[in-house]
Amino acid sequence: MTATEGATPTIVLVGHGMVGQRFLEAIAERGLTATHRVVVLCEEPRPAYDRVALTSYFSGRTAEDLSMTDMAFLETHGIELHVGDPAETVDREARKVVARSGRVFAYDTLVLATGSFPFVPPVPNKDAEGCFVYRTIDDLLAIEKYAETATTGAVVGGGLLGLEAAGALKGLGLTSHIVEFAPRLMPVQVDAGGGAALLRTIEDMGLTVHTGVGTQEIVVDQSGAVTGMKLSDGSELATDLVVFSAGVRPRDQLARDCGLTVGERGGIAVDERCRTVTDPHVFAIGECALAADGRVYGLVAPGYEQAETAASAIADDESEQLSFTGADLSTKLKLLGVDVASFGDAHGAAEDCLDVVYSDSRAGLYKKLVIGRDGTLLGGILVGDADAYGTLRAFTGSVPPVAPESLVLPAGAGDSVQLGPSALPDEAIVCSCHNVSKGTIRGAVTEHSCTTVPEVKKCTKAGTGCGSCVKVLGQLVTAELEASGVEVDKGLCGCFSQTREELYEIVLALRVNTYQDLLDRYGRDGARGGDGCDVCKPAIGSIIASLAPSIGASGYVLDGEQAALQETNDHFLANLQKNGSYSVVPRIPGGEITPEGLIVIGEIARDFGLYTKITGGQRIDMFGARVEQLPLIWTRLVDAGFESGHAYGKSLRTVKSCVGQTWCRYGVQDSVRMAIDLELRYRGLRSPHKLKSAVSGCARECAEAQSKDFGVIATSNGWNLYVGGNGGATPRHADLLAQDLTDAELVRLIDRFLMFYIRTADRLERTSTWLERIPGGLDHVRDVVVEDSLGICEELESLMTAHVAHYADEWATTINDPEKLARFVSFVNAPDTPDPVVGFVPEREQIKPDLPLLTIGHRPLEGSAQR
Amino acid sequence: MTLAPETTDLKVQLQLEEGGLDWFTVCDLSRLVPGRGVAALLPDGRQVALFRDRSGALYAIDNRDPFGGAAVLSRGLTGTHQGRPFVASPLLKQRFDLVSGECLDDETVRVATYDVRAA
Repeated sequence: MTATEGATPTIVLVGHGMVGQRFLEAIAERGLTATHRVVVLCEEPRPAYDRVALTSYFSGRTAEDLSMTDMAFLETHGIELHVGDPAETVDREARKVVARSGRVFAYDTLVLATGSFPFVPPVPNKDAEGCFVYRTIDDLLAIEKYAETATTGAVVGGGLLGLEAAGALKGLGLTSHIVEFAPRLMPVQVDAGGGAALLRTIEDMGLTVHTGVGTQEIVVDQSGAVTGMKLSDGSELATDLVVFSAGVRPRDQLARDCGLTVGERGGIAVDERCRTVTDPHVFAIGECALAADGRVYGLVAPGYEQAETAASAIADDESEQLSFTGADLSTKLKLLGVDVASFGDAHGAAEDCLDVVYSDSRAGLYKKLVIGRDGTLLGGILVGDADAYGTLRAFTGSVPPVAPESLVLPAGAGDSVQLGPSALPDEAIVCSCHNVSKGTIRGAVTEHSCTTVPEVKKCTKAGTGCGSCVKVLGQLVTAELEASGVEVDKGLCGCFSQTREELYEIVLALRVNTYQDLLDRYGRDGARGGDGCDVCKPAIGSIIASLAPSIGASGYVLDGEQAALQETNDHFLANLQKNGSYSVVPRIPGGEITPEGLIVIGEIARDFGLYTKITGGQRIDMFGARVEQLPLIWTRLVDAGFESGHAYGKSLRTVKSCVGQTWCRYGVQDSVRMAIDLELRYRGLRSPHKLKSAVSGCARECAEAQSKDFGVIATSNGWNLYVGGNGGATPRHADLLAQDLTDAELVRLIDRFLMFYIRTADRLERTSTWLERIPGGLDHVRDVVVEDSLGICEELESLMTAHVAHYADEWATTINDPEKLARFVSFVNAPDTPDPVVGFVPEREQIKPDLPLLTIGHRPLEGSAQR
Repeated sequence: MTLAPETTDLKVQLQLEEGGLDWFTVCDLSRLVPGRGVAALLPDGRQVALFRDRSGALYAIDNRDPFGGAAVLSRGLTGTHQGRPFVASPLLKQRFDLVSGECLDDETVRVATYDVRAA
């Protein structure tokens, strides 16, 4: 009996990893979920997650963050997902799968996406306590727990995953070793030269690398726990923990047990449509499949391609006959902060091919191109700087239009050429995840009127896979727009043709210290002498405020003309809420507050009837203040020693901290003191957008510093500085800018970083997007602020020194200025009357806005005066 | 003895009824900072947002943001868009023409306007 009898046909998917999930999306797109019952059996206790980003779990991403499964998607498409219930046996005769729970599922089509398992070399004591593999979230949880009592860790295997695992162990505070049998790191991707460049950089990070040695035995103590390992060169390495990361093998046992053909070295044999060669009702995709070209692919992109292929074969639509005959193994990775890329024939396997190599071991750079006799680019390896990857990969298979050596020389050296994507032929594949050519991308701009990268992504799917081509995509879109005569106006707004950065330079260099002066002298023709607009006014108000002491402007944002430039929040030094009331946030540096301070805030909130809430930035927000109450509230706060927290400003918000070394058993530095110092140093600093920061007292990162614009994490040697992190709608993990800094070095570097950001960012551009946008990215920023490559660091530091020296609390200044105070009324002609639209009703023993009040008072136009 | 009127003595006045003869005095002209607004309460409870631009011209529109409902238009940023003076609501940034009351971002929405003078 089959499932088709009388009822809906059934697809059973065994395995819910990344490829399995992609398969579900692919069949949903093809409408198969509407016509089929779909059952998914998943061995792990959680649905599909981003295994590629597994290591980011240790840098703060939670299991939920890593999840790739949208429950609403499963629900919408009626997909039955059974987690923690793997398939145990398959009866191909009866077309039935039995799960571990004993449930039986009949199928019409069976799709195996069982993935792979970590290969553990058969050495004695390989299963001892303290031995781990690195494959699932559960593996990571186990390693994390065990690492709490360990001081040293060793990773067996110096490949991609091995390096990630070693970095993770180091992040957990362990002294870390890498043991690789091959004579170099990442033997599959890079050659000896690339391995040497990589080795130097990895060792500089404090990891110890042992290459050319094998593991012979795991040494255990009497209780059976790991104490070390014996290596093939006779030496012994003391370690508390061992992670095996020596490659993976296809998980094909289920297939073997039911008589499906598997390859000699494993892998379920499939044809070009990913159907098993043995049984037309059974498909295999991803790392468990032996593709038609006789290879098992361990990368996610080919797995996705197989998922699409299998889905198209099951849909059996004449118009779409996908096949999988092999995949490009090009990869670009960032391992422990090092760019590593290999593409095409990276090892020069083709006959008669020649190498062009640039190598600088001192800088950890290695670039090799493999060139055919006729000048065709066949492949290459890039270590340390893989910026050219997108372009070079697309040129692979063709003769590049310039001499190959000019492509590997560093920028600025001799005849180096930065070959832009404009030189690519139309058929060059720009996005290899979705197989999108340059011609298709150009077409999106010229024929589908896309004008931005997000539009092109949506239109072509390019850049929506691994994302490594997004940079090239941006260049192509700009080039195409310019070529088609669309003037890409980079001006700030309708009033200024300059960018924010250019206006900053004008303001600073020429000491233009009023908005009107800037508009009248540097505005667009029609805008000079006018009133400006709501875009440039706050942007230039911010520039003037950032530079105030250096250009002879007032540092008080409500002074003179500056008052008219501020958004309502800055103008009222509080945060406007939906009913026209404001919220008030006093500064609580580092989140440290005395009981007396808490009591004062409590009393003020109680006396003014304010709603109170603890913020995400370790402060207290008081809501529901009317305009005329603000000065009274500030006076009470200022009297008690509080000041503005600038919660309203595009300026420093908070510097969060964990409790640090003073109290915490794990802390290695005084994170609270550093957070307070930083918050007090940068308070009031106006910037292109808000600035958030945090300081963690150890690598456990309780303050979440890596999600901040600038985050500091304590090490036993000092401080590590991370920049460009973000939470919110577009989370981004911060990049490590510098390591093991002293207090003074840290402060100096943050001074430079912030001032460089303020100088060069666009308006409302957070550090995360700024870092992604500016040419050269993080490396450029590091060159400028660490190496002082532009020679501007002295100026950056002196600008910050001037800011710090001239800081004054805006609340205190305002309550002492009767003329400014007069503005804090609901009505200019009735200063004692509160705005009747601002009302409140009770909720959970506090207040909330009385929203119905906002709809009353809406008057029809007829009744009122018209001009 | 008659002195020339000083600008600081000028009052901002509104006409409450279209075509009416009475002018309602709101405040001293000096209370209006160029580029910024103030709110005024009318005898019947209506609220008006008053603005003064760089050239000295005065504008008055209903203070209530028709999108969000709060009486906050007086607290928005002003500017010029294609020659039309506007205020951008501080709630969700929709711009309103200070002369016609028309919303520049949604032509189906319009706020009331008032005749205003300095006298």
